[in-house]
Amino acid sequence: MSQYKVVHCNINGKDVERVVDVRASLTDMLRNEYHLTSVKKGCEVGECGACNVLINGEAFNSCIYLAVWAEGKTILTLEGLEGPNGELSDIQQAFIDETAIQCGFCTPGFIMTAAEILNAGKLYSDAELRKLLSGHLCRCTGYENIFRAVKKTMYKRLGKEIDFV
Amino acid sequence: MFPERGKAGNMNKVGRSEVRVDAYDKATGRTKYYEDRMPANALYVRIKHSTIAHGYVTSIDKSKAEAIPGVVKVLTCFDVPDLPFATAGHPWSLDPSHQDTQDRLLLNRHVRYWGDDVAVVIAENEVAANQGVRALKVEYEELPFVLDVQKAMEDGAPQLHDAFPNNILKHTTNIKGNYAEAIKEEGLVKVEGWYETPTVQHCHIENHGCYAYMENGRIVVVASTQIPHIIRRVVGQALGRPWGDIEIIKPYIGGGFGNKQDALYEPLCAWCTTQVGGRPVRIDCSREETFVSNRVRHNIRYHIVTWVRKSDGKIAARKVDVYSNQGAYASHGHSIAAKGLNAFPQHYPVPAYEGNAWTVYTNRPAAGAMRGYGMPQASFADDANIEDCAIAIGMDPMEFRNINIMPKGFTDAFSGNTNYYDTYRECMARGAELIDYERKRKEYGHDTGNIRRGIGLGTFWYNTAVYPISLETSSNRMQLNLDGTVTMQCGETEIGQGADTAYAQMTAEAIGLKSYRDVHVISCQDTDITPTGTGAYASRQTYVAGFSIRQTADLLKEKILKYAQDVTRQSPYCMDIVDGNIIRKEDQKVLMSLKELAMTAQYNTVHSEHITAESTYTIRNNAYSFGCTFVEVEVDIAMCKAQVTRILNVHDCGKLINPALAEAQVHGGQSMGIGFGLSEQLIFDEKTGKPLNNNLLDYKLSTFMDHPRLECDFIENPEPTSPFGTKSLGEPPTCSPAVAIRNAILHATGVAINHIPINPHVLFAELTKAGLIHDSWRDEEGK
Amino acid sequence: MYDMKALYEAESVEHAIQLRLEHPEAQIIAGGSDVLVQMREGKRAGKELISIYMIDAMRGVSIDEEENIRIGSLTSFSHITHDPIIQKYINVLGEAVDQVGSPQIRNIGTIGGNTCNGVTSADSASTLHAWEAIVELTGKNGVRRLPIKDFYIKAGTVDIRVDEGEIQTAILIPKSSYENTFGHYIKYGMRNAMEIASLGCSVNVRLSEDKQTIDRCRIAYGVAGPVPMRCPSAEAVANGVMPTEAMIEEFSLAALKDINPRDSWRASKAFRQHIAVEMAKRALVESIHRAGGEIK
Repeated sequence: MSQYKVVHCNINGKDVERVVDVRASLTDMLRNEYHLTSVKKGCEVGECGACNVLINGEAFNSCIYLAVWAEGKTILTLEGLEGPNGELSDIQQAFIDETAIQCGFCTPGFIMTAAEILNAGKLYSDAELRKLLSGHLCRCTGYENIFRAVKKTMYKRLGKEIDFV
Repeated sequence: MFPERGKAGNMNKVGRSEVRVDAYDKATGRTKYYEDRMPANALYVRIKHSTIAHGYVTSIDKSKAEAIPGVVKVLTCFDVPDLPFATAGHPWSLDPSHQDTQDRLLLNRHVRYWGDDVAVVIAENEVAANQGVRALKVEYEELPFVLDVQKAMEDGAPQLHDAFPNNILKHTTNIKGNYAEAIKEEGLVKVEGWYETPTVQHCHIENHGCYAYMENGRIVVVASTQIPHIIRRVVGQALGRPWGDIEIIKPYIGGGFGNKQDALYEPLCAWCTTQVGGRPVRIDCSREETFVSNRVRHNIRYHIVTWVRKSDGKIAARKVDVYSNQGAYASHGHSIAAKGLNAFPQHYPVPAYEGNAWTVYTNRPAAGAMRGYGMPQASFADDANIEDCAIAIGMDPMEFRNINIMPKGFTDAFSGNTNYYDTYRECMARGAELIDYERKRKEYGHDTGNIRRGIGLGTFWYNTAVYPISLETSSNRMQLNLDGTVTMQCGETEIGQGADTAYAQMTAEAIGLKSYRDVHVISCQDTDITPTGTGAYASRQTYVAGFSIRQTADLLKEKILKYAQDVTRQSPYCMDIVDGNIIRKEDQKVLMSLKELAMTAQYNTVHSEHITAESTYTIRNNAYSFGCTFVEVEVDIAMCKAQVTRILNVHDCGKLINPALAEAQVHGGQSMGIGFGLSEQLIFDEKTGKPLNNNLLDYKLSTFMDHPRLECDFIENPEPTSPFGTKSLGEPPTCSPAVAIRNAILHATGVAINHIPINPHVLFAELTKAGLIHDSWRDEEGK
Repeated sequence: MYDMKALYEAESVEHAIQLRLEHPEAQIIAGGSDVLVQMREGKRAGKELISIYMIDAMRGVSIDEEENIRIGSLTSFSHITHDPIIQKYINVLGEAVDQVGSPQIRNIGTIGGNTCNGVTSADSASTLHAWEAIVELTGKNGVRRLPIKDFYIKAGTVDIRVDEGEIQTAILIPKSSYENTFGHYIKYGMRNAMEIASLGCSVNVRLSEDKQTIDRCRIAYGVAGPVPMRCPSAEAVANGVMPTEAMIEEFSLAALKDINPRDSWRASKAFRQHIAVEMAKRALVESIHRAGGEIK
């Protein structure tokens, strides 16, 4: 009865393929087939944002994305932001420096959305930033230090002086 | 970016904003939570929950479920051992009268809320398990149910537990002076009100889950919990097995906030593995289950009568009735209501106080511990009523608090807690200055247009740890490693708050290491290995671990210096450890490094020693931890929306071990407090008792767009009872935001709203009642 | 892992039609943000799915030969918001769908899925009603077009002929509808993100050349009834009239005659009526301002 399909895609810079149960979500595939533990399950219905990954550069909740849709796509998870020797990207370092991490469960999803925001290369207003980050729930931080981490990194990348805090 | 706050004495490893010890792993997603350690062959256990609020299971037809390919076993409420157990994450008490109520079974024939556990399906995969649950046919004999706390107390109300007539789990009083006499004084102004707070849920982003398996005849449970050692005891009790047969492992967890300070599904999971020959089994709560079938915050209704003397603004007498909605099972029970009941006359000491608290079973989800443990509820009622008192006698609310709030030197007879400083007034004064309270208090509150601005204040009472109500103990073990670093472990768990980092800083400080990075805190607790500790709750970890860290560090140091005596021929009394070196105190000469000492000790062929220390400290202190919240709001009358435009918390939690982490704790508490005040509420269908919004879309947790910038500051009065001058901060920040919001809305609109959340529905009703909203067409409809 | 019986992946519109004819019981899945959630809940568990998500030909915004704005049904909300054609001619639609759920939902959610659900709370729906959008359906007999108000039959049911293998392929906005027209959408939610509308109100106006009078005013609500709805009584008040505060008041009260919000645990009827009036007012004022008009 079971139905399988070979899914080819690029995950964190590497072309890969794997036979996948068509019933699997992308979360299932990334966690179970590729052991990418940064992809977290918090609600499984696209409300919390913990399973967020970038697909072709855009943020998606992988829990409500069928694994078979990954065919031909370029997928980036938090593991993919790290350098080959464990070097941190600027946004990961900013999360550490700004004490934006507590229990750490929402952190990977947040950082991936932040990565998409920063990749746009735009200077967003505070209100715009808050809206762009609003697809993630966090119960530990009140979002305050996450906001600081993203905003500071945005200014740094654009070579601009920061006007807060 | 964080100013170097005043350091505690001459200590320099504490009082610094160090990076969390677990930050790198969490920033890279490699931190392992329970699900990341899951054995690949674990069977899925999925739970069948009752679809009625009250009644008896008369039969369960398993045949369809058992026929589903992949289903291994179906277990029902007719199969479980008849061993009632208690789930609260309280230390065990040797005094039977002080033990928690044992009113739970692993699965229930008598179901007491919509969502109660009646059966499980164990299957080889998730889909089969879910299909199995859907295929179970459960027949019930339905009984009437009751959701309201006071209705549940009435004669003839549906009865939940036979041993508790009128559903009253417990009733306690707190009497000071003579209330009946005190209110006879002439000229007193009576301020009376009913205040109510809602059922809310913790909403840690990682749902509770666990897996269990058997190894050499013993049961191992890996669980997302705050309290591994307590869970071991509860699992043993629930399964009727010796406690030594149980091993609980607690990895990193994605938040807890009190929900995981309870035995949730660990006992059921442990039992399930015994029913499938010890194969690994997993229970992963869905978000929907987390909302309903874990724990919630007690919905509490307060009736407060306060008698105020107009001449000097002093409170003459106060009467407080507390009705706490326990839901279907006792869990933490009366402790929550009692904490608030007993806080009132400390927060605002009065000559005459008459307090009553009832904790009452109803057919709602079981209420347990949640950040603040009853104080967000009590603080709301208390400081709302205090605000009303100030207004009733025409006094500024902050001035009124300054007159009545706990003075410096106050000592509570029961706990022995003393207010060593004038903490409340210092916090309020600092906050008022930072937010420009006095000017805004005058300027706001007079708007006549659609947008109305207001500023409000709320204060809270809190303490630290659970002494003298319960055992307060902390143990830890330290081991000198061969590189001169120290490995440390204790039972007080890291749950996201940053405890491990505070321990590393305190340990480095106490031993004399160069950096907190020279301490390796074993974050994962394993009850087979970790010294016994009761876990993370009551904002106790930093305070209580401080005692045992200091004590164990002294023991370790003693051993180190004793060994060093052999090598250096110096008296231990003349030596010390500073920055990872053994020095001679008099001339500060470095005698040898800890690494040299460790290597020498370990590999000495005549006298080899592995230098470790372990000790238990029984804490017989408690510490007050106070503070306040200032809030500015803008109310859009026509749209029925209140927006917090500024929020500022000021806390005195003693000396900060790590200021950056302390700020982060406050932010999280403020956020939870804003949700409590404005938007969060788990609601139930009155006709069926079914929860209506048990998901993250319909339950209005604050999002990134629902907050202003979160501001906080600290008054660092050193706590005299703590070896590190510190005290509680985990829970306090969540106590006062809601009432400050309520008071700011009152200032903005003149409308006193006594039940939260103050969401648009409530504002619509209340603003309409107050005449600020007038829908003319409704008059015509009424005709 | 979803409890689905089978998954059929359509590679083209023609293939999708063929699959639909072969598997009439199967549920079409576009972005999946509703279908998968329902499948997990058990509502659609064990069902077959036809995935059309990979049909890239159904994505994108263009102007067709009749000068209609043509939005491929699989175009995601975020792509609609960022599309230059949308921004130029019907920016309010971009703003409306920019209030759906969250950024991630706006990346997966499609305008086709949003309308085919037939739910009254869809953030795109009131604006599409207020702009008299045309729904394009493609089946074995070719293309069928119908006004969006006729597409919605009742709550949760839309006019798609499964027996003809139909799928929705595009949403069109006619030139006569968007030319010189400016609008505003207000979503009322209990929080500012991750929200389902308690009420949605979309208003647009076309002013006379001298900008003194409202040449055409259209207003539609979501969640004011079982399906999104226009308000002819309110529109009649505003059409051909100079905008004044009194007129706006009358307009907003007239909207009450047309709507029929219900009492539910999410919001009471009285509350919805109250905010409906306020939202009509605010949306009309903003629309007039955007059109370059003034309120006298």
